[in-house]
Amino acid sequence: MLSTTANKEAVESFSEQLEVKGRSLWDDARRRFFNNRAALTSLVILGFVTMFVFVGPMLSQFAYDEVDWGAMHAAPSFASGHYFGTDSLGRDLFVRSAMGGRISLMVGVMGAVVAVLIGTLYGAAAGFIGGRTDRVMMRTLEILYSFPFMFFVILLVTFFGRNILLIFIAIGAVSWLDMARIVRGQTLSIKSKEFVEAATVYGVSKWAMITRHIVPNVLGIVAVYATLLVPQMILFESFLSFLGLGVQEPMTSWGSLMNEGAQTMEIALWQLAVPAAFMVTTLFCFNFIGDGLRDALDPKDR
Amino acid sequence: MLRFIAKRVLEAIPTLFILITVSFFLMRFAPGNPFTAEVAMTPEVMANIEAKYGFNKPVHEQYFNYLGSLLQGDLGPSFKYKDFSVNELVAQALPVSVKIGLFAFIVAVTCGVCFGTIAALRQNTWLDYTIMTSAMAGVVIPSFVLAPLLVLIFAIWLEWLPAGGWHNGATQYVILPVLGMSLYYIASISRIMRGSMIEVLSSNFIRTAKAKGLSMPYIIVRHALRPAILPVLSYLGPALVGIITGSVVIETIFGLPGIGQLFVNGALNRDYSMVLGLTILVGALTITFNAIVDILYAVVDPKIRYS
Repeated sequence: MLSTTANKEAVESFSEQLEVKGRSLWDDARRRFFNNRAALTSLVILGFVTMFVFVGPMLSQFAYDEVDWGAMHAAPSFASGHYFGTDSLGRDLFVRSAMGGRISLMVGVMGAVVAVLIGTLYGAAAGFIGGRTDRVMMRTLEILYSFPFMFFVILLVTFFGRNILLIFIAIGAVSWLDMARIVRGQTLSIKSKEFVEAATVYGVSKWAMITRHIVPNVLGIVAVYATLLVPQMILFESFLSFLGLGVQEPMTSWGSLMNEGAQTMEIALWQLAVPAAFMVTTLFCFNFIGDGLRDALDPKDR
Repeated sequence: MLRFIAKRVLEAIPTLFILITVSFFLMRFAPGNPFTAEVAMTPEVMANIEAKYGFNKPVHEQYFNYLGSLLQGDLGPSFKYKDFSVNELVAQALPVSVKIGLFAFIVAVTCGVCFGTIAALRQNTWLDYTIMTSAMAGVVIPSFVLAPLLVLIFAIWLEWLPAGGWHNGATQYVILPVLGMSLYYIASISRIMRGSMIEVLSSNFIRTAKAKGLSMPYIIVRHALRPAILPVLSYLGPALVGIITGSVVIETIFGLPGIGQLFVNGALNRDYSMVLGLTILVGALTITFNAIVDILYAVVDPKIRYS
């Protein structure tokens, strides 16, 4: 018979050889993402920008709202401590770009979070419940699609005043439409999988089904779009600030800094160049990271 | 086809209605009213003003009055410019915006389609990389950075073109705004066009056309362009809306007396009737464009059959 010890050992060692180390979707994705040089560089640069935004003000002797009539339109110089120069009121641009960056990044991230939350739940609900509910929800979405949102947000800001919280919510609340569509599509394909059937047999409630089973499975694609949403949110906020409808002085954001800079660019180009450079760099980084994530998580690309 | 068009047009009406209703009630429930910001007035004067603009009536009556005048194409009086109606102000501003927007749109589509096609034909050569890198930059750099830079370079350093102003739309005053507005769309359309053109060029019917010995330009124009342009077509709706919205920034930078400028000033002055009227006008335009693009899409793409 084969059941001798020697044979057993041979079979066992053979089975060990057969065992291949499993690679999960996330392992694969991480490996692919870290092989993407543009995305990785962007991640590092973005890390530096974030660090500057939070640590920068501590490295300077000036406060962001400190007016200095003796140093109006001072050019960038290390000697005076105004590393990026000053604006038309003599306020230090180094500190102001950092403070502005805080607002811009915060609006970007918060806006994206609001959009992702609403969009994911709405899309998952529409896709999962299906039937007439789905039709009504998608019809609503189509109506919302044809709203001129930029004008609508300006309308809101005009009527209810310039409030940073309102800007967050308004921007986030009008940007979830694409997200909802994408998530709905994904949900429809997940809905027919066996584990959903199993959960149904188990008697899981609809709400728990959506939040515990559907949403975690669409997180990959949601992460990609969230990364691509952040730069859009930042742009959106800058757009409002540029028009003078964003954050209130003396608080600032990259958009309002650029607005001020654009008015004085003939005599003081750095006032436009500094915030513009920060913003364009950040936007580039987010776009590259988003592209990298998409490539990394795309299962078609195996 | 006719049924589809009719359906699409009928669908637009409730959307517009909802937009008008939401905007109107937002305005009525906003804290304060447009006149509180001015010098303190006696209650009698205030009552007179409120009576003039119909604020003393119940809200639902105001709403139906507004709807009624809208149906006759009347956007009401401006709260800020006391002697003008919103209609008169819009009538002055609209031609400016339409001229800039239309040129920008034509330039964006023409250049975008051309650049995208060239990049696709010369895939992975220096020409492709140059076009695509510029396109990436064009997508990322916002118009309110780009436009001041254009002014700085062409108006202040080179002194080729004027930095702003309108002067009844003389050519040299139009070039920079159109450029500033269209660059983003040139970039986006090139990216879309390149992607879809590459896909189309690798399909079987193009190989067949090549095998028949047709010349490359003929193949592109006759066979490849139509299927490749479909994704661009579906982008045209958002692009047109973006151009209308973008007019707000471009007109502010170049000091053009268009509706974007009117809108921003209205918003800053809390000129409610102006902001409301313009939102409705732009909303109507947006909805119309979306409908037109949908219909156009159905005409060009034979695969789509609407029921």
